Amino acid sequence: MSLWEYANPARFMGLSAKVLPVVAGLSLLCLGVGLVWGFFFTPDDYRQGATVKIIYLHVPSAMMAINAWVMMLVASLIWLIRRHHVSALAARAAAPVGMVMTLIALATGAIWGQPMWGTWWAWDPRLTSFLILFLFYLGYVALWEAIEDPDTAADLTAVLCLVGSVFAVLSRYAVNFWNQGLHQGASLSLDKEENVSDVFWLPLVVCIAGFVLLFLALVLVRTRTEIRARRLHALRLRARMG
Amino acid sequence: MIRLVLRDLALAVRAGGGFGLGLAFFLIVVVLVPFAVGPETARLTAIAPGILWLGALLACLLSLDRIFALDYEDGTLDLLACAPIPLEGVAVAKALAHWLTTGLPLTLAAPVLGIFLNLPAGGFGWLVVSLALGTPALSVIGAFGAALTVGLRRGGLLLSLLVLPLYVPTLIFGAEVARRGAEGLAVQGPLLLLAGVTAGALALLPFAAAAALRINLR
Amino acid sequence: MPSEPLLSLVDVACARGGVPVLSGVSFDIAPGEAVVLRGPNGSGKTTLLRTIAGLQPTLAGELRGATDDIAYAGHADGIKAALSVEENLRFWAEMFGTRDIAAALRAFDLEGLRGRAAQHLSAGQKRRLGLARLLVTGRAIWALDEPTVSLDTGSVGLFAAVLRDHLESGGAAVIATHIDLGFSARAVDVSGFRARAMARSGFDEAFL
Repeated sequence: MSLWEYANPARFMGLSAKVLPVVAGLSLLCLGVGLVWGFFFTPDDYRQGATVKIIYLHVPSAMMAINAWVMMLVASLIWLIRRHHVSALAARAAAPVGMVMTLIALATGAIWGQPMWGTWWAWDPRLTSFLILFLFYLGYVALWEAIEDPDTAADLTAVLCLVGSVFAVLSRYAVNFWNQGLHQGASLSLDKEENVSDVFWLPLVVCIAGFVLLFLALVLVRTRTEIRARRLHALRLRARMG
Repeated sequence: MIRLVLRDLALAVRAGGGFGLGLAFFLIVVVLVPFAVGPETARLTAIAPGILWLGALLACLLSLDRIFALDYEDGTLDLLACAPIPLEGVAVAKALAHWLTTGLPLTLAAPVLGIFLNLPAGGFGWLVVSLALGTPALSVIGAFGAALTVGLRRGGLLLSLLVLPLYVPTLIFGAEVARRGAEGLAVQGPLLLLAGVTAGALALLPFAAAAALRINLR
Repeated sequence: MPSEPLLSLVDVACARGGVPVLSGVSFDIAPGEAVVLRGPNGSGKTTLLRTIAGLQPTLAGELRGATDDIAYAGHADGIKAALSVEENLRFWAEMFGTRDIAAALRAFDLEGLRGRAAQHLSAGQKRRLGLARLLVTGRAIWALDEPTVSLDTGSVGLFAAVLRDHLESGGAAVIATHIDLGFSARAVDVSGFRARAMARSGFDEAFL
């Protein structure tokens, strides 16, 4: 049995109904443990004080903001190539979640930036890139909402997602070129030596896992809603045709 | 294809609008800026390249929704889709016609408006070069956005929203060339990147625009 | 009909705005033949014509034969108001790689109007210009959607004569129309192909 079997809406509904409670439960557990651990049981940073603790929201949401777009890109490609409806609906479902993640990353960044850099907003490359990413999400969601016919909307947004991805990467480099910036380097990399120390790192990893699971759970819920909406649409059509 | 470009030019000339609207808007932006930021020459000189680029970009944005919408409404786009030239060719021709009626006049008008903003003497050449290189990308990106929104009744605002983030790289590199040119710095880096963005957009976006048109026509 | 059909519709299904309207449409069009589509408003004649013209994909089934030798004329004539009659026609002639617009102007009695801007034409004159465009495409199969709307009796006669010439020279036509054009044409009633609760070919039933 191939993976593509789950592209059938009925099968997807069956599987996701089983998976969803597990994913949702795990995500709550990870987020609860990670955030409480991070907020209350880690020492303050010797330079940044307690403000550093916003990292437990900022870093995971920023990661998910980008990963959500990548997921939408993959789902759009699957839709364009193999015409699996669940794929298109999953892309649609992920967009507002990714948009909110981008907003959280921007907001927590601003709250962190105020005491650290003395300003809520700076036209730093990373901040600017995220603002541009937010605009991409906004356009994508708006295009979905504007088109009535669901398949036309799926096709056009998939094309937009493809083109948008190329331009998003391009913008990232353009923005880097344009301003060297205040933002510190990445807080995490696979090479652990360069990272923040273990006391901060472990709860952060738990938080990231929690955000990934939260994203998954939200996308599953939203995809299920979209599928139900399409089912309603199909039933109405059938009723009209007699 | 050349016929299609010529027809669009003829339509733009006869219906007015085409050339006039974009240029008038460009003029308005540039004239209003000193009233907003103050008349100090040094300040105007500093922001002149950016304002000129921004004004040209917004003027370009203004006429994007006309690229396909008129032909869609009167059925011409249906007939073009049946004609022996591919829709990719139609998209290129439409983008080219848009550039000839907006991008090119804006490029030519920019130095004149640069005088109002105290653009340094050395900056005029690079301003024109950067606009000449960058505005084709604005037109072809705009044609893609127009193709996406052609079937929508009120697509204008959505079109601007979709195109806005796509314009960022062109604006950054284009304005950087103009700024460095005005300040007498080396422009080679951003100039090559600007040319790269334009070349890439010209090569790839007609296909995306044609795909969007096919989806919207069915 | 002994000759090879120019175009064959094989079990074609098509949709309008995501709603399947016709399914199982099958007929052949031979050279020299005109097929008239009949059916009440909203029965899917326009959708079928757009599908035949290749403007929208079939939901199921296929079109065989000279699918790239079709000229389509819909409700909108694609006429630019700012251009003259001659410029409008010449543009399409050049798009389709033909040169001679004189014959088309003559056939639809537009010679006296050739220099007039299309915005000053009456509705019937515009329609004649839209139909004259068919002649300059040089295409063998015409897919016509209500071609006689806003034409007076004389103009309908002109159109019927042009169509007869086209058929006699080996062309073919699919026409959605309610009026009798005065010559024998095979009628296909599309209401017989109305899509029932969607056949397996569709997709929305994947959600049922």
